[in-house]
Amino acid sequence: MAAGDKGHLADPQTTPLSELDVSDPRRFELDCWQPLFERLRRESPVHFQAESPAGAFWSITRFEDIVAVEKDTETFSSEPTIAIIDPPDERRAPSFITMDQPQHDIQRRAVQPVVAPKNLLEFEALIRKRTGEALDSLPEGETFDWVELVSRNLTTQMLATLFDFPWDLREKLSEWSDAITSDERMTAGTGLSREERLLVIQEFLGIFTQLWHERKGDDQESFDLIRLLQRDPNTANMVDDPLNYAGNLMLLIVGGNDTTRNSMSGGVLFLNEYPEQFEKVRSDRRLIPSMVSEIIRFQTPLPHMRRTVTRDTQFKGHTMKKGDKVVLWYCSANRDATVITNPDTFLVDRDSVRNHASFGFGIHRCMGNRLAEMQLRIVWEEALDRFKHITLMGPPTRICNNFVRGYSHMPVQVTRI
Amino acid sequence: MPVIKFIEFDGTEHEVDADGGMSIMEVAMKYDIPGIDADCGGGAVCGTCHCFVEESAGPLPAVDPQEESMLGLRPDRESNSRLSCQLQVSDSMGNMIVKLPEFQM
Repeated sequence: MAAGDKGHLADPQTTPLSELDVSDPRRFELDCWQPLFERLRRESPVHFQAESPAGAFWSITRFEDIVAVEKDTETFSSEPTIAIIDPPDERRAPSFITMDQPQHDIQRRAVQPVVAPKNLLEFEALIRKRTGEALDSLPEGETFDWVELVSRNLTTQMLATLFDFPWDLREKLSEWSDAITSDERMTAGTGLSREERLLVIQEFLGIFTQLWHERKGDDQESFDLIRLLQRDPNTANMVDDPLNYAGNLMLLIVGGNDTTRNSMSGGVLFLNEYPEQFEKVRSDRRLIPSMVSEIIRFQTPLPHMRRTVTRDTQFKGHTMKKGDKVVLWYCSANRDATVITNPDTFLVDRDSVRNHASFGFGIHRCMGNRLAEMQLRIVWEEALDRFKHITLMGPPTRICNNFVRGYSHMPVQVTRI
Repeated sequence: MPVIKFIEFDGTEHEVDADGGMSIMEVAMKYDIPGIDADCGGGAVCGTCHCFVEESAGPLPAVDPQEESMLGLRPDRESNSRLSCQLQVSDSMGNMIVKLPEFQM
């Protein structure tokens, strides 16, 4: 990226911290976020910012402080929402990620069986077959978009399977996922307005409500997310509360989609940036699971989660007021050298590689983490069976978003074995 | 030095000497016992060192609210479920039998 492209972003080293917008999504688009967060960890690890497109908020940037906040769910609530921006009250669509105990536990338990490792075994052969087919169909000797043909393709198929969604319409799931996370206040104005997002939510809620009624009472022994909700007495009538149904659908669509998709692309980028790590994995396939965890750390597909203070409190010498927003920067925790040795280097055989912040901590820890790891593991097992090289042919295009860290395009060529 | 017998889900047994001052999770990691992931390294914030304490000679510390929160989300929770990172080995606890779950999540 040309230096001039970031001229309109203030220099994170020399500008007073009070003049910097920590949430500016353009730093993620230009991939120049690291110095600002390094400075915050050093100079102001619990940092208050009075103004931003999302209003005032605290930034927590050290690994151990983020763990401490996530453990104290009574002081740091997940209600009303977990992204930096607030939804309008009348349109709040609660899901278990935006709930505290006990309601969180009740709704999460209903859908959790779909990603229990016991059930994942049944998915493994299916995922492997689809992954093999996708990789076999890639063009050789010409540049193509890895995001579209591999990452987006495979994660969309997986999501359709989890919902038992009409196969021909499955591309809708990815379109909705993109729309849900593209609020203009998180994307430097490049995303959708509230009204546009509302239309998207109405569209998917309409389709999913129809699916609910078609399936209700059909007694199929299916483990899809809709029937799981119907089967649990606590969520059996969720369709009658459309906002709660919509909220949980949005959570599952985004949670099962953007995150894995962007890690699937990120891995290609990192292995091009660190070719010696690629050689290490090629010569010892047993490193694949460890590499998968390292990809998830290095990508940090969700750079932040947000909590809201429930009562006036002191945190690390700072007075936080009831109602204050507290943003937990996972991307920063994953580069915190006090916990992760040499954190700015991608290392496939790192010690304690699973101890990263990308899945969060505590009761809201990523529900689908084992499924995500399995999808990524299979992609790399199948890719190493087929390709000598997956060569990046130009810089990837990154999305401008402070909640989803990812790629819209990644030009590559593959060389078959 | 207490002896801990770990029993994997498939019945494979591992009997090891446990050093005082370590947690049961750390003992399992030290001896590469399969079935404990311990993603978060011992903070009771990931729930992936879940185990079932079948026998212990002495009393165990009570389950605190954080451990309870994590155990509460386990689909395979039993009355003897514990997070092994929260159980410190001490000479007074005597020998133990610890069963490992079918999966961690």
